Amino acid sequence: MATLTLSNVKKSFGKTDVIHGISISVEDGEFIVIVGPSGCGKSTLLRMVAGLETITSGDVQIDGRRVNDQEPMDRDIAMVFQNYALYPHMSVFDNMAYGLKIARTPRAEIEERVAHAAKLLQLETFLQRKPRELSGGQRQRVAMGRAIVRKPAVFLFDEPLSNLDAKLRVQMRLEIKALQRELGVTALYVTHDQVEAMTMADRMVVMNGGIADQVGEPLEVYANPATEFVAGFIGSPPTNFLSADILGRSGDTKVGVRPEHTRLSDSGSLRARAAYSEALGAETLVHLKCADGTQVTVRQDAASTIPQEGNEVGLDWDPANEMRFDPSGRRC
Amino acid sequence: MAQQNGMVERRGAGLWLTHVGLLVGIAFIFFPIWLAFVASTVEQQEIVRPPMPLLPGDQFFSNYARALTSGVNAPVSTMLLNSMIMAIGISLGKIAISLLSAFAIVYFRFPARRLFFWLIFLTLMLPVEVRIVPTYEVIANFGMLNSYQGLILPLIASATATFLFRQFFMTVPDELAEAARVDGAGPMRFFFDILLPMSRTNIAALFVILFIYGWNQYLWPLLITTDPEMNTIVMGIKQMFPSGDDTADWPVIMATSILAMVPPVLVVVGMQRLFIRGLVDSEK
Ligand SMILES: Nc1ncnc2c1ncn2[C@@H]1O[C@H](COP(=O)(O)OP(=O)(O)OP(=O)(O)O)[C@@H](O)[C@H]1O
Ligand SMILES: [Mg+2]
Repeated sequence: MATLTLSNVKKSFGKTDVIHGISISVEDGEFIVIVGPSGCGKSTLLRMVAGLETITSGDVQIDGRRVNDQEPMDRDIAMVFQNYALYPHMSVFDNMAYGLKIARTPRAEIEERVAHAAKLLQLETFLQRKPRELSGGQRQRVAMGRAIVRKPAVFLFDEPLSNLDAKLRVQMRLEIKALQRELGVTALYVTHDQVEAMTMADRMVVMNGGIADQVGEPLEVYANPATEFVAGFIGSPPTNFLSADILGRSGDTKVGVRPEHTRLSDSGSLRARAAYSEALGAETLVHLKCADGTQVTVRQDAASTIPQEGNEVGLDWDPANEMRFDPSGRRC
Repeated sequence: MAQQNGMVERRGAGLWLTHVGLLVGIAFIFFPIWLAFVASTVEQQEIVRPPMPLLPGDQFFSNYARALTSGVNAPVSTMLLNSMIMAIGISLGKIAISLLSAFAIVYFRFPARRLFFWLIFLTLMLPVEVRIVPTYEVIANFGMLNSYQGLILPLIASATATFLFRQFFMTVPDELAEAARVDGAGPMRFFFDILLPMSRTNIAALFVILFIYGWNQYLWPLLITTDPEMNTIVMGIKQMFPSGDDTADWPVIMATSILAMVPPVLVVVGMQRLFIRGLVDSEK
């Protein structure tokens, strides 16, 4: 259990700058999710905290200690890798116990800690198996177990669920979150899946091209995106963006409205042609095209009437739900 | 239907033909070995007087006992031991060195890494026979003639095994090394606890190949062992042929030949089992 502070952390590989200066301060026991598109530097950031990647500049502090120059083991962290990175020739027990053995933990304590973790993760019956004799979900649990037994100050997860099927992903997502709650360990969790980010995070960090665009609670980020990128990235289907031109306004402010806030109404001043619609059961997504080609999506109750393809309809929204962005993408 | 039967029959006949072909092939290759075996169980007179016997005689025990205990120049048991030490020394030495050098090349960033890589690669182009004179000079100056070190050391350096392990190490996911680092394992710990056990299939396969390579060395032992007590069996057989007018002791020579074949066969058969188990056990 510990706090984690990143201050203006930067990373360059040779001449290419990958992380342009990120500052986050994570509180004790907090679950932070780092989310962003592929290649934005999430893994790199996490690996710098882990000590697997050198820090070009800035500081990483765990519980107030500066750990920049420490080996991963000395940082008191545990990491869960995307492909689990289990030692293939070792049994589940040995996989979990390996770190403790190296730390010369007494045998009895190793057994007790592994047994405890195995119980938490329902792995008791698999302890003597090799990783290849386990299903993907079970392997994932072993990787978790390996992290738990070390009783680290900080958990680091790099897309731990991306190799699982959709259903298992939902289940494991809940389990990981519950486990982290129970153990009260500070966690940094990297994902590109915004649903994971929304459901698991105490606070989330939305990254875009090596910059943290916004740090905040999921619902706050959703309701109040700091940048155009965040508004577009968080929320599914993504926010509709409308230029000042098409709205007939002056200036160059872009307007974003979420699909659930956009209404079909005959009186709406913005006209668009229905292109196609997706019926999802509880709701229907209506995709429309404005005169200049801008795509707009409207989320409709399944019960409401859906415009015929090709028909022109009006669009409307509550001005309170309107998000305005300046040309640089900042909220204004 | 009839046509289908016909096809099945033809295929059946083809199968039989293939088998007959294979059997003939095996008999063809096996025949000289059989002759050697027969010759090792009969008396000298029976060999030199045509026709050559085709069925084993009754001298098996006396011939083999004679070969093992006294031989011609040195007892075959001594030569077998020498060969054994040399072959095992070469294979273990090669495996140890190439594991370590492959580990260095794959996992460490050090200055002139590429240069070292190419230097190792270069040695591939210099087999023992090419560098035999300078090597002899070096070994002689070290006073290693007629010694096990002299037999083993010059044959240990080789790049083939290094390449094999390098290739294998490169397929091991980086995350495994990183996970070990997070677990607190230093480089050598990672090497012994993780890399080595993961390579055991490769090691077994390589051991078989290198053992036979070491066992079959002829030119090098011939050069540096002048003392019959240090002869290896493969070169020892040749030494058994008399020079001049002496008559060759064929039964003993043949018994020696058969004995020379036994250890490599045992290694292949024994390691094959381990090898296959390794393959079945190995991950994905
Ligand atoms: N060792 C390296 N050398 C040079 N560039 C690198 C290196 N590692 C990563 N990069 C670059 O850094 C950027 C960020 O990589 P990173 O792996 O952190 O992305 P990510 O956000 O984790 O993406 P993903 O979601 O696909 O895993 C990428 O553009 C990548 O090309
Ligand atoms: Mg990544």
